[in-house]
Amino acid sequence: MEPRTSPEVGGMGHSMKRKEDGRFIRGQGKYVDDVKLPGMLYLDIVRSPYAHAKIKSIDTSKAMAIPGVLAVVTGELLKQYNLHWMPTLMSDTQMVLPVEKVMHQGQEVAAVLATTRYIAADGVQAVDVEYEPLEVIVDPFKALEPGALVLRDDKPGKTDNRIFHWEAGDKAGTEKYFNDAEVTVKQDIYLPRINVASIETCGCVAHFNKTDGKLTVWMTTQAPHAIRTVFALVAGHVGLSEEKIRIISPDIGGGFGGKVPVYPGYVIAVAASVLTGAPVKWIEDRMENLQAASFARDYHMTAELAGKKDGTLQALRIRTVADHGYTDAAANPSKFPAGLFHIATGSYDLKSAFMEVDAAYTNKPPGGIAYRCSFRVTEAVHAIERMVDIFAHELKMDPADLREKNFIKPEAFPYKSPLGFEYDSGNYKGALDLAKKRIGYDELRKEQLEKRAKGELMGIGISSFTEIVGAGPSKHYDILGIKMFDSCELRIHPTGKAIARFGTKSQGQGHETTYAQIIAEELGIPAEHVAVEEGDTDTAPYGLGTYASRSTPVAGAAGAMAARKVRDKARKIAAYLLEVAEEDLEWEVGKFFVKGSPSKSKTIQECAFAAYTNHPQGMEAGLEAVNYYDPPNLTFPFGSYICVVDIDKGTGQVKIRRFVAVDDCGNIINPMIVDGQIHGGLTMGLAPAMYEEINYDADGNIQGGSLMDYLVPTSMETPAWETDKTCTPSPHHPLGAKGVGESATVGAPAAIANAVVDAMWHLGVRHIDIPITPPKVWKLLMEKGVAE
Amino acid sequence: MKISVNVNGTAREADVEPRLLLVHFIREDLNMTGTHIGCDTTSCGACTVLLDGKPVKSCTVFAVMANGRDVMTVEGLEKDGKLDPIQDGFHQEHGLQCGFCTPGMMLTGFSLLKNNASPSEADIRWAISGNLCRCTGYVNIVKSIQHAAQAQKPAQ
Repeated sequence: MEPRTSPEVGGMGHSMKRKEDGRFIRGQGKYVDDVKLPGMLYLDIVRSPYAHAKIKSIDTSKAMAIPGVLAVVTGELLKQYNLHWMPTLMSDTQMVLPVEKVMHQGQEVAAVLATTRYIAADGVQAVDVEYEPLEVIVDPFKALEPGALVLRDDKPGKTDNRIFHWEAGDKAGTEKYFNDAEVTVKQDIYLPRINVASIETCGCVAHFNKTDGKLTVWMTTQAPHAIRTVFALVAGHVGLSEEKIRIISPDIGGGFGGKVPVYPGYVIAVAASVLTGAPVKWIEDRMENLQAASFARDYHMTAELAGKKDGTLQALRIRTVADHGYTDAAANPSKFPAGLFHIATGSYDLKSAFMEVDAAYTNKPPGGIAYRCSFRVTEAVHAIERMVDIFAHELKMDPADLREKNFIKPEAFPYKSPLGFEYDSGNYKGALDLAKKRIGYDELRKEQLEKRAKGELMGIGISSFTEIVGAGPSKHYDILGIKMFDSCELRIHPTGKAIARFGTKSQGQGHETTYAQIIAEELGIPAEHVAVEEGDTDTAPYGLGTYASRSTPVAGAAGAMAARKVRDKARKIAAYLLEVAEEDLEWEVGKFFVKGSPSKSKTIQECAFAAYTNHPQGMEAGLEAVNYYDPPNLTFPFGSYICVVDIDKGTGQVKIRRFVAVDDCGNIINPMIVDGQIHGGLTMGLAPAMYEEINYDADGNIQGGSLMDYLVPTSMETPAWETDKTCTPSPHHPLGAKGVGESATVGAPAAIANAVVDAMWHLGVRHIDIPITPPKVWKLLMEKGVAE
Repeated sequence: MKISVNVNGTAREADVEPRLLLVHFIREDLNMTGTHIGCDTTSCGACTVLLDGKPVKSCTVFAVMANGRDVMTVEGLEKDGKLDPIQDGFHQEHGLQCGFCTPGMMLTGFSLLKNNASPSEADIRWAISGNLCRCTGYVNIVKSIQHAAQAQKPAQ
């Protein structure tokens, strides 16, 4: 799309350099750990070495004897205020601090409050906790077996470890397709636990001012407004009233879904500040972050696909066991316990589908949050894209041809999927064709045959994913009952400059630039002169925050709509100034002019000045607007990714030779920022595909609990990504835009896995679970007798 | 212990605990918060500073080890109101998103360019391999350092 505005105005389509960069490149960003208040105390947390154990005693005497240790907060203390448990975003319950037993290794057991960070850490070492170890369940299948030890015996009447059973689709209709199918394929697919590992860990500074009763919390949160309401609801009984709670989400060092939940550390810090009246800082260290913050995935899927011998796909069935750890701490819209997993029919025109999820409690940290992904979409995409590849290989069809044969056709949109979504727009073949062209697909297939004849292993993998982002329409989408709208409050100053505040919170996405460009597009006020603020609940309008790629689809739309309200009022002012009727005015970027006499015009800046100095009698002064945008539908970005790998038969190492990513996120606001989002998303797709995984041994001991063994990709492993775009606007978004931040994370793992399997299919390899590590590949090469 | 550290050209005296980490000395004693902390195992590089011109992870250096030495932090890059080319490179090439790894990443790049005025892409990737970035996928960080290298070349 060609920009409609000049580079000076900097509306949509301009790769404007980011407005927020100035402070970051000078080391002047202000993150939570940079907040330092007079008299501030430090909190550090005692954590459980056991995955499941009774707490027999907590002896704090040695800790209290350390000069500078002021208090040790325990579950018993919090229990006096009924603050020892808290709700999760899925309306489950989670311990703030335990009174009777611990449920996972690394769980918070007590907290030490001290005058310095170092003394607090000394205090943690000096707290003596006596435990009595209990039977541990780490396997969700065992947890769901009849007669299994009931882990959540705190819940009255709970007789098993099932959290929920959820179904979507037509069970009987799908079964009929499977019974009658010419071809069926079936595969167990596991997506292991991973952690978003944003480079900034979680933390807060809580300051309860005893004089005025106001609580201010600087906090690493992606959803400050919702957090304020949760705090008011949870702690209302101890006197915290919502107008006296201020949540400030300052600069955030990456979020990716990990900063949506409420963690016990936040609540303990707030309680400690309320009790002492002093500001209290709690900053998680990296090992605490990896070992106890919310996890993503842990989905055990059995997927089946039915179709015809000619490659026509007909039906999909997926049965899943989800491991949520000891509490369901996902952050899904409340009506959707498995998130948007039912996007699993993907880009294909299937006749029928059915899926069911059983979620289990285990002795692991709370899980089920996103990993840069809109509510279980990566799980869905991985299942369908792996299955389509397996189906193609079984029929000896080219996986690209099979995809093309089954794609939903461009003219079929809006398309109603068998699992109930209405896709807004798409041109799947367009994206796949471009990706094939960019990578030279046909030549690569020829090369692959030649290499195979020489015994070399080379694979080509495709992922033609459909994303689903921008939750969401209030009819169906809410978090704890709060509808998933988002908001913008826009004020135009007398000199024609603006400030826009939003209910979302950037964690690196560049909102200060993108949102300013949206206002510039709509009003012609240069983006440079549009200040953008978010993250302070005392000043920003209420919104549900930034996750699930919802900022542009929802808050961005609110920005456009608020700007249009401003423009409507400016039109009245222009008509008054030009002494013509409103209908006689036409708008072009930045000004109204009289139809037929373009020299008679008033700029938006002139209208703004008049709004404060010469507004029509009877009209309210000022020029501002608020919009709470309730999207009519979600948006459905898509793309086709192609990955080429070479496998070393001596070591099992997979080398990504090339990776081409063609994305379609509708109309683009800032192409530079969109490319940056895709680069990052691809890297967070590579990470779980090849490196990252958090496992537990039978006793519930974590494996992968530090950055020494949880392998976040470095510059050496990360390929030089090649990106390209097609553009299919969203028909319902005011700017035709869709979300983009997570598309690549969702789409990339399947392309990599498909490439590795493609390299080894002729050896009899059907599937490899991610992460695809050298030992896993080498073991397969040994089994097939081709390891060197 | 009494120490004297030359930080960004200014001598800073302090009486510190022997166990105090350099990163905490910089952030909490000197109140210079541009240097960040991202892990506890010397893995992420968010705390990278230059010690006598060489990049070190200041979470694994005691403050007392910096006694009598030169430390450069991100706050020392801009000189007389003029950005260093490495800072401008990161801005021009969109080499940062959340900004948390950026100070360490820029100092590593700055140090590389001091020793190698025309690094190849492979040189750059190797140099920054001890600095993790979760946002950018490194593509634009490589370009940012190349941008700075280009800007520093003497006019032909």
